[in-house]
Amino acid sequence: MKTLEDLKRIREEALKAMKVREGEQGTKITVAMGTCGIAAGARETMSALLDELNKRGITDVTVTQTGCKGLCEQEPMIEVTRAGEAAVTYGHVDAERARRIVAEHIVNGNLVGEYIVSK
Amino acid sequence: MSEVAQEKQDLPAIERCHVLICAGAACVASGAMEVEAAMKSKISALNLEAEVSLFDTGCVGTCDLGPVVIVYPEGTFYVKLKPADAEEIVTEHLLKGRVVQRLLSKDADHVEVPSIFEHPFFAKQKRIALRNLGVINPESIDEYIAVGGYASLGKVLEMTQDEVIKLVLDSGLRGRGGAGFPTGRKWAFAKAVEADQKYVIINGDEGDPGAFMDRSVLEGDPHSVIEGLAIAGYAIGATQGYAYVRAEYPLAIKRLQIAIDQAREYGLLGKGIFGKFDFDLEIRKGAGAFVCGEETALMRSIEGMRGQPRPKPPFPAVSGLWGKPTIINNVETLANVPAIIQNGPFWYSSFGTETSKGTKVFALAGNINNTGLIEVPFGTTLREVVFEIGGGIPNGKEFKAVQAGGPSGGCIPASLLDIPLDYESLQKAGAIVGSGGLIVMDSDTCMVDVARFFLEFTVDESCGQCTPCREGTKRMLEILTKITKGRGTLEDITKLETLAKAITQTSLCQLGITAPNPVLSTLRYFRDEYLAHVVDKTCPAKVCRELITFDILPDKCTGCTICARNCPTHAISGERKQAHVIDQSACIKCGECLVRCKFDAVVKV
Repeated sequence: MKTLEDLKRIREEALKAMKVREGEQGTKITVAMGTCGIAAGARETMSALLDELNKRGITDVTVTQTGCKGLCEQEPMIEVTRAGEAAVTYGHVDAERARRIVAEHIVNGNLVGEYIVSK
Repeated sequence: MSEVAQEKQDLPAIERCHVLICAGAACVASGAMEVEAAMKSKISALNLEAEVSLFDTGCVGTCDLGPVVIVYPEGTFYVKLKPADAEEIVTEHLLKGRVVQRLLSKDADHVEVPSIFEHPFFAKQKRIALRNLGVINPESIDEYIAVGGYASLGKVLEMTQDEVIKLVLDSGLRGRGGAGFPTGRKWAFAKAVEADQKYVIINGDEGDPGAFMDRSVLEGDPHSVIEGLAIAGYAIGATQGYAYVRAEYPLAIKRLQIAIDQAREYGLLGKGIFGKFDFDLEIRKGAGAFVCGEETALMRSIEGMRGQPRPKPPFPAVSGLWGKPTIINNVETLANVPAIIQNGPFWYSSFGTETSKGTKVFALAGNINNTGLIEVPFGTTLREVVFEIGGGIPNGKEFKAVQAGGPSGGCIPASLLDIPLDYESLQKAGAIVGSGGLIVMDSDTCMVDVARFFLEFTVDESCGQCTPCREGTKRMLEILTKITKGRGTLEDITKLETLAKAITQTSLCQLGITAPNPVLSTLRYFRDEYLAHVVDKTCPAKVCRELITFDILPDKCTGCTICARNCPTHAISGERKQAHVIDQSACIKCGECLVRCKFDAVVKV
């Protein structure tokens, strides 16, 4: 490293990876991971969500999990809460749907109507 | 650039959860590594490696709660973990998102504290020197850079040397190793001297019993100390630095070496730092002599000679290591420097009092609920530190005194609990800030015994070079021992005071000059206890063995025989189910019977 610019670049990259330690961020995705959710494939959903966020370099999203929400039929379910907006729950979220929700809802701010269970 | 950027193709992935495990020596000693291993294996068994990361971090400060783990983003603070608990955290919290309530820390009212952000232990603190402990992984230079690391060094290299020194002067930063000399002035002295070679040294020879702030900073945030030293080097015109760390701190040495290697790899140490400055750093291990914390002794030790101080002047800033101008700064002082450069001198001087600017790290030890490491603005009262942050005295006992500044310091009694902690107030009270060790003592502590303990330490650690320290402290210790054995006279107390004065006036270095302090301050505040030992031949705190006896109360004794069976000298006799008696001539006053008795039948009188 020879210049302050080099330092800044390393800093920005490293910061993205550390963002999670600043506490919960603006947008929150909660994956229901009760036994029912995991059996229905919530783990793949979670991996797909993280992978998609990573690919797009999105760091201001907190991904967390919760237990069974009671509507086991609709598992895997995820809930997306953007700052200042009501929570939106999506059902039957497989890996592909998860990626689409990231693209449409998180990035563009448009709800993905066909997967919505409640809002 | 950009060999570094190319090497960094493989950037760390963004994960949903970071688990930071405190890897300070206290937590390691209480089993943090076993907890970490259990967590790691469970994480991999559940295939969570891609989304959850586990890191070591520096001392969080809550040493009595160890091993501790912080789970981000929630900031969940788990305490006193066993390996089995760690597995539960993985299966419940990391996998299913359910916080394991029973492992959370509790506040004074026994209510679970949901996250580290709300923990009362941290609420009153202002962490500057400790800013990255518990936040970053000390073995990752990228993380240090992410939180602003090495930007201060970059900034400084665009300034002139005098501008840097002025900035540090303006901040009001004073040396954290004990004497409290203004850091900027020290630098200015060394800058003013013309020389072909100058040196800067990290003083990591922390030796006070009960003080561990420097170890924790070196273990938890080594890069901040390296950066601070490089800045000092630039300011005075030194190109070579040494880190003098005692060999008893293996983890600190290991992490510092890793940090040095990483900084070299990134070009932040070595030739042409940011294209402008050459500076390198090497570790020198000390053998753990207390006197080597004294700067002239420290330098002799680095030169390969016996660690003994020499008279000053000449001061090291003029003639130091190998006769060259040298600056020696304490670990904590240097850890503050990058933060001061980053945020400005007036930000720093906005904390603290008129003459003691900024914050100070204190190590809480002894009879206190939250033993550990804290950082508060100067001017915080002793009461706030002991009772609010420290959580008060355990087992419902009463606060008696605090020993501030280790063996060179003095004790502060309960009547002075409201004094502000700063250089001047502590000195006026007969103690010193010193390195910041605070040993809290409850009502079961004998102050004569405490003075004897600290003096025993200085007698052991005296280098023996000058007579007042070598002989004087030894004589003082003999007198104190005599008093604790109940053979002291009133004349002995006068002798102690005379000796103390002579030693302070004639010793060569601060070790001798300050050695009588614990005696003088206990004499000042607890003279009645000395008199009780000398005149009444009693020890009010019932500590000094020669002055107490153990007795069995016949009406409480059930004759269970447990005391008799455990007495190492068979001094207790009695029939089963009959009251027992202690043969005083055989009793060695070990107190084993008192500990063993389940019926409170054994008493100390």
